[in-house]
Amino acid sequence: MVSKLINNKIFTLLKVQYSNMLEYRIEIALWAISGVIPFFMLNIWTNNNLNESINISDIMLSRYFLCAFFVRQFSVVWVVFSFEEDSLMGKVSPYLIQPLNPFIRYFAQHLAEQITRLPFALIIAFFFFVFNPESLWIPNLGILFLSTISTFLSFLIQFLIQSIVACLCFWTEKASSIERLLFIPTLFLSGLLAPVASFPEYVKSWIYFTPFPYLIDFPANLLSGNKTNIIGGLSIQIIWILLLFPVFRKIWSAGTKKYTAMGS
Amino acid sequence: MVQNIIEVRNLSKTFDISSKKPGLKGTIQHFFKRETKSSKVIKDISFEIKEGEIVGFLGANGAGKTTILKMLCGLLYPSEGSILVAGNLPFRRKDNFLKNITLIMGQKQQLIWDLPPIESFYLNASIYDLDKFEAKKRIEKLSDMLEIDNELYIPVRKLSLGQRMKSELLAALIHEPNILFLDEPTLGLDINAQRNLRKFLQRYNNETNATICLTSHYMKDITSLCKRVICIHNGSISYDGKLDQLLKKLSPVKEILIVCHSENDVIQIEKTGFSVKNKTKNEITIIVKNDSITSSLKTILNNFDIEDLFINEPPVDEIIGNILVKKDYGI
Repeated sequence: MVSKLINNKIFTLLKVQYSNMLEYRIEIALWAISGVIPFFMLNIWTNNNLNESINISDIMLSRYFLCAFFVRQFSVVWVVFSFEEDSLMGKVSPYLIQPLNPFIRYFAQHLAEQITRLPFALIIAFFFFVFNPESLWIPNLGILFLSTISTFLSFLIQFLIQSIVACLCFWTEKASSIERLLFIPTLFLSGLLAPVASFPEYVKSWIYFTPFPYLIDFPANLLSGNKTNIIGGLSIQIIWILLLFPVFRKIWSAGTKKYTAMGS
Repeated sequence: MVQNIIEVRNLSKTFDISSKKPGLKGTIQHFFKRETKSSKVIKDISFEIKEGEIVGFLGANGAGKTTILKMLCGLLYPSEGSILVAGNLPFRRKDNFLKNITLIMGQKQQLIWDLPPIESFYLNASIYDLDKFEAKKRIEKLSDMLEIDNELYIPVRKLSLGQRMKSELLAALIHEPNILFLDEPTLGLDINAQRNLRKFLQRYNNETNATICLTSHYMKDITSLCKRVICIHNGSISYDGKLDQLLKKLSPVKEILIVCHSENDVIQIEKTGFSVKNKTKNEITIIVKNDSITSSLKTILNNFDIEDLFINEPPVDEIIGNILVKKDYGI
């Protein structure tokens, strides 16, 4: 009964947020296009023959960056900016007195946006293969399924990290500045600019103790068919979620006591 | 006996407020060292509200009315004291408490801007665990009460302020709460929209026996809806009681408008020694204490050949306006 009600809430939220997102389809197409950093990086790598130093073929490298693009498209998170704006404008107040955690709204908003992004991402992939026909491959269903799960787990990790940062809005109005600090390691250590395999050994010795390689590198390697420890990677993603969730709950509970309902 | 639905004891709220001096020097100082001071905005207040009551909170801007409402609905955590609303501690924001209340803030919206209001209604219905059939029934009932129909299917951004406010009300009431916290609900609305909203609130109260706590700067909202008012001055309660009793105490005078046949009569009445509020060529308005109304009328009727006469209460707005800046009414 309880799960039915929750499903009903989530389903309705998703439906409404999807309708809302469709109002912004042009913007979403532009956002999808703006996420092409991995293709620029691919160009830099192949033009300078950098892949030879890490024993990855041109084809595997181009597949990796295409997969990195896909993983990024479906794991990108902006909850800290939405929550910050809503807090400052007083929009969080009506959400707080409803029997639904406001972050579930933002969660549904992200999922709805991902669904809206899918056709645009597929069109970009189509053009990628038109210009790089040698990179064309079709992953098997099992790998596709596992990498979808891994991408969703990556999204959950990023959503939880940003939600924790967003809760700092209860203490400081500009929590997004803290998120900007986090963006730097996310950009460099996640595998968005280069596969983690290409990093120096001393970086690789500690980077796997952080959540960053599991955000892009692990799911992208999984999807592109590169050799990777599937069970180990998925387990570590789940462990990070289990670690981050109670931190979020704690900071949310402490933060709402500090809430001053400004702007409303 | 009617039960108390809201009980507030020795409630206080303190905010930390940082201040900044003007100019570049002030900005640099503010960057390196913030001056923060604690400000007690609500000071040790206590009151009870009975089920089904409509209570108006009166006070000047910054007096603390909205802060009290926010604490009552669980948005703000009290610094001291206790609050019980329908047997719940509001700040815990338990589901059964949240399903019992609503907060409506004038010009603050919860409707999704780019979608028609009907989408937000069904979303709210699912948040409050209403099934589709029940939600449809309630939307029909409330839209009928609020006299909205086609607006339900037009994107919120294209609605007028009045239509939007009605839709906000519908969204906020779809779960049929027993306690309504209304913070300036008629803010920015035109006179007709204000009147319709008041009519709706009165009807909602009559039909559901809901308790309503209301703040408004439009005195008509207070005078037409609230029998009881709580006046807040600098975070303390300066009056808690019946509105008409307050008005009587604060306005121990009446205005008598006398229409005369000639200008000479106006001058003669003025010379009698009455306190004159204003006069025109043929009319004069005098102010008379309530206890000397009869004798004053006798004097006028016996000594002057007047055309007509009207006895008026001073405008309520004027009296309440004075309330907002007073600390003690001696009641």
